[in-house]
Amino acid sequence: MTLKTLLLGAVATGALAPAAFAERGEDGHVNIIYWQAPSIMTPYLSSGTKDIEASSLVLEPLGRYTETGELVPYLAEEIPTVENGGVSEDLKSITWKLKEGLVWSDGTPVTSADVKFTADYCMDPEGGCAQLAKFDHISSIDTPDDLTVVVNFDEPMPNPYGPFMGGQSPILQKAQFENCTGAAASTCTEANFNPIGTGPFVVDEFKPNDVISLSANPNYRDPAKPAFATATLKGGGDAEAAARAVLQTGEYDYAWNLQLAPDVLASMAEGGQGTPVSAFGTLVERLEMNMTDPSPDLPEGERSTVAHPHPILSDFNVRKALSMAIDRNLLTEIGYGQAGRATCNLVPAPELYASDNTECLTQDLEGAKALLEEAGWTDSDGDGIREKDGMKLSLLYQSSTNAVRQDFQALIKDWWNQIGVETELRNVDSSVFFGGDPGSPDTFQKFYADVEMYANNFDGTDPQSYLQMYRCGNEPKPSSQWQGENINRFCNEEYDALLDELAKTGELSKRGEIAKKLNDIITKETMTIVPLVDRGRVSAHSNTLGGVVLNTWDSELWNAADWYRIDG
Amino acid sequence: MTDSPQDDLILAEGARVAPIEALKDKGPMAPPRSKWRDVWEQFRKHKGAMMGAFFLFFITFGVLIGPYLWTLDPQALDIRNKDMRPIYTALWNSEAKVGWNHPLGSDQLGRDNLSQLIAGGRASMAVGWAAMLLSLLIGTGVGVMAGYFKKLDGPLMRLTDLFLSLPILPLLLVAVTLFRQPLRANFGPEGGMFILIVTVVGITSWMPTARIVRGDVLAIKEREFVLAARSIGTQPFKIIKRHLLPNVLSPIMVSATLGLATAIITESALSFLGVGFPSDFPTWGKMLADAVARMEDFPERVLLPGVAISLTVLGVNYLGDGLRDALDPRIRGR
Amino acid sequence: MLTYAIRRLVLSVPTLLFISFVIFMLLQLAPGDPMAQVPLTVPPEVKQKMREALGVGEPALVQYWKWLVQVFWTEPKVFIDWLTRDSFLLGWLPDTNLYQGELRVISWQTRSPVMDIVLQRIPQTLWVVGLSYVVGVLIALPIGIYSAYRQYSTFDQAGTFVTMVGFSIPPFFTGPLLIVIFSVYLGWFPSIYDTTHVVNDWESFKYQLSQMIMPVMVLALQTTAQLSRYMRASMLDNLNQDYVRTARAKGLSEAVVVMVHVLRNSMIPVITVIALGVPAIFGGAIITENVFKVNGIGQLLITALFANDLPMVMTLTFIFAFLIVMFNLIADILYGLLDPRIRYD
Repeated sequence: MTLKTLLLGAVATGALAPAAFAERGEDGHVNIIYWQAPSIMTPYLSSGTKDIEASSLVLEPLGRYTETGELVPYLAEEIPTVENGGVSEDLKSITWKLKEGLVWSDGTPVTSADVKFTADYCMDPEGGCAQLAKFDHISSIDTPDDLTVVVNFDEPMPNPYGPFMGGQSPILQKAQFENCTGAAASTCTEANFNPIGTGPFVVDEFKPNDVISLSANPNYRDPAKPAFATATLKGGGDAEAAARAVLQTGEYDYAWNLQLAPDVLASMAEGGQGTPVSAFGTLVERLEMNMTDPSPDLPEGERSTVAHPHPILSDFNVRKALSMAIDRNLLTEIGYGQAGRATCNLVPAPELYASDNTECLTQDLEGAKALLEEAGWTDSDGDGIREKDGMKLSLLYQSSTNAVRQDFQALIKDWWNQIGVETELRNVDSSVFFGGDPGSPDTFQKFYADVEMYANNFDGTDPQSYLQMYRCGNEPKPSSQWQGENINRFCNEEYDALLDELAKTGELSKRGEIAKKLNDIITKETMTIVPLVDRGRVSAHSNTLGGVVLNTWDSELWNAADWYRIDG
Repeated sequence: MTDSPQDDLILAEGARVAPIEALKDKGPMAPPRSKWRDVWEQFRKHKGAMMGAFFLFFITFGVLIGPYLWTLDPQALDIRNKDMRPIYTALWNSEAKVGWNHPLGSDQLGRDNLSQLIAGGRASMAVGWAAMLLSLLIGTGVGVMAGYFKKLDGPLMRLTDLFLSLPILPLLLVAVTLFRQPLRANFGPEGGMFILIVTVVGITSWMPTARIVRGDVLAIKEREFVLAARSIGTQPFKIIKRHLLPNVLSPIMVSATLGLATAIITESALSFLGVGFPSDFPTWGKMLADAVARMEDFPERVLLPGVAISLTVLGVNYLGDGLRDALDPRIRGR
Repeated sequence: MLTYAIRRLVLSVPTLLFISFVIFMLLQLAPGDPMAQVPLTVPPEVKQKMREALGVGEPALVQYWKWLVQVFWTEPKVFIDWLTRDSFLLGWLPDTNLYQGELRVISWQTRSPVMDIVLQRIPQTLWVVGLSYVVGVLIALPIGIYSAYRQYSTFDQAGTFVTMVGFSIPPFFTGPLLIVIFSVYLGWFPSIYDTTHVVNDWESFKYQLSQMIMPVMVLALQTTAQLSRYMRASMLDNLNQDYVRTARAKGLSEAVVVMVHVLRNSMIPVITVIALGVPAIFGGAIITENVFKVNGIGQLLITALFANDLPMVMTLTFIFAFLIVMFNLIADILYGLLDPRIRYD
């Protein structure tokens, strides 16, 4: 469809129906482009963001997070809390009440049995459910009546909003998925591609890894919504082409996750067809320091294990100097523009948990040199690279393949060279880097390098499990098939003690304090993790699409029901 | 039709034996000429070939001594002078950010385009030539063997089928996993990667050449002159060398031209996938790939490496044309 | 020739089995993990369970055997059922009902049968890549013939220049360049290929043409460049042969000399290149499909490779290998028809 016909269509509908009386389907068609194509319509069999977000058009949870990280009820009457009695005093059970009169898109009523079934579906030991972690510690689920669900946990849960909250764990229809549990999950192609949901749209045709055609759900709970009668979610290509289709040619209305250099995005936005929007979540691009020795001279099975501390990076002063040499503001300006903020924190948001640590934001090359000098790293042979005890200050710095990351690598290498640190760069294909193949030497878990760079975040708004990753003993090692989340092989008694305390604390302000302390230990006090940029999300919508609220705490399409066409 | 060596022989013979008076040439007898001199004479007449050779020489010379004339480090960042335009932009746009410190402008991190082009040319030319020669060598070898020796035809062609159907990306990943560490230890990060890339590009691109050469050899070996050569007891390898190879030269030349372009482009695809040279090591292909996103604002960044690649390939193409003509005795001397 | 063809056909079975085994082991050796695209927020234990559900941990030979059974036993049954149930050709036969719900080749990304997705992708791949190939061949042959016939004429020089520049500039550049010119500035063609578009009248046919024209041109440029070079070189080799002089001497017209005698003898390398290119059509065009969002088989293969979807990659490369073996066989038979002196027996 060309821009002209799009505009003509918008003018025509605008002339016929005054916008004040909204009616379902009156705004015609909306085109959405995801440069990673969705491959399945349920988040339980694939946890890729693209699949979670595509399915959020059809499937809905009991409650979602808003763009500010607050909880809002969707299928539930209200969000249960300790104050309103929905969460028990001992934090071991949570009671959800469904809205009355909810129906699936096929017209049958939504009951508590569907909610219980969803949990059983995911918790089936043979199913390989991707969201199993959301259902951790559930001991039983009771359904006293058709609209009430009581989830019981086997230990106190300070954050009981794991199951049925957010885009990752929406409710499935029991009648449709009943025969699809366990090993049969992958035989239900029809159900996986065309789930019956309560969301604003239903799937008409699903072409895996290509395109999804949707139309408005005739039984959606708000009779005036959605404003669009049909929708297309196209996948494929790259971020640049997706941005072009919305910002320059106006063929599409919404483009997801435009990871582009800011100058590229800005010059495309001059096309005038659309507007980039950005919002911040918890995604932090960081440098991780290897505390163990990755030298290839060590026998296989001992490289990068706690048996051998790192000969250079075990020195706190080196880690500190490396961090001081970096100009985070410049990195942000070059790599992310308005979609990034320089940060010194591992947990940059929500406010309650974010530490006020800003010391690292000013670059101090001279200070870094002085610190290295003081710590005994001197350039004794005049080749521009510092040595100590015959050991050259030379690092291998790896990351995944991505244009912005390679620019960062080049910049950081330059700064490190200035303070006398020799750096070798390596970039690894991201399907290998982030894959957990124990046979490959290039995974981020194996960490056969001195420093590596990637980004990570946490689901929802509670950082407890995120901070727990750096517990002593949780490191990837040969005995665990190189699985593990403590990538740096960090080990600190004080840190572990604080983690135990956090798990027992329910009071929010107290939790915030502990989390901030944990964040400070692993960042500024030990420089184990060197955060660089708090990365926001940039998407773009056309100037004729209204109602877009970019949300980084939940699916980006969380409020697709409220989208409408701006006449013009 | 026979090929050059026999012709030469007859010519030489004719020059030595005193001819019958009536058949004697009117003009003065030309002194005997060496075959390679004839080839050179013919080659010189070919304008395209001379230009191609000149361009190739110019580019090779440029990338070899360039770093001594223009000493800026291609990897050095100069963030204050990022996104500069080439000096000629000032001709029509007086507000453009230009300067003699970066005559061809600089990229988004302030790296100098000219020195990147020179350094990138070294890498690309080296990879392109080495990979192309390797692939030609394997392809011609396999093709000739399979075409000439009936016993080898089946196994070698099935091997070709196998290589044609191997998916390249997993093959690369396996090669990188297995060989990067030992190569890096022995040849350094860049040298090791160079060997790896050349080998991978070489062994994944010889198959079309092999099949084309085999097809031609199958047809040529049934021709009368091969039969004649065989009937006087010429050894198979002599036949291949003197009779078959010269006759399949033209498809090989085409393969070589196309192969050079393919190798340069494939190298850029490899670094794009993160299995090539380190990311701050410039090559023409990578410069081109990086600049595509900014081609509207900074067209020179795609044009410079694009023109460099095209000129190289065109140069090789014309050079190949000229060589082929010069080596063909039926054309030579006309 | 017939016995040769039959012998080659029989031999191709073990060849294909061997090729499939090598590919399988290569994929097993390659580093990679189907869980690589799962966000880091999913804990490793959960990822391990997901891998087990996909059957990743099983010994390689067991996996290979299962795949063989699925491809050579289960999938043909599904196909025969489809033939006798829904197809136009054999629909009158009673429904065979051979398929009893055994496990088919299931993609790890989509948890659906690989064959269904492949069938879904074939139309757009044939439309775009296939058409571009036909266009490329149709342009390349005349260019090659005429440039050789008038060697070093202006036409020849211009053709050489354009094709070589076209070949040395990769589609990851020409694709976006065309989009910027024709979609952004001129607004003539859509930059995104609509795979759901149905052609049922003149208007929709025109739309189909407008969305196909850019990818077809980008791909045809590559094909044309390659083929016309081989055609020209091969024609040049033959134009100076004695038999051409003889043909002219006995008074045959130029058209007959060039188009019958020379052309036929020049076709061997060209046939090889064309035959090598046909399987590549089905392999799709990875970069071009991606640039224009055509989402054909090339895009399917590359996404499967990046997601380490082994059943999908394995099946696609096997189909690819099958086509390569078949078309190389066809090329070998064509050599014999073009040049009766070539004998294989």
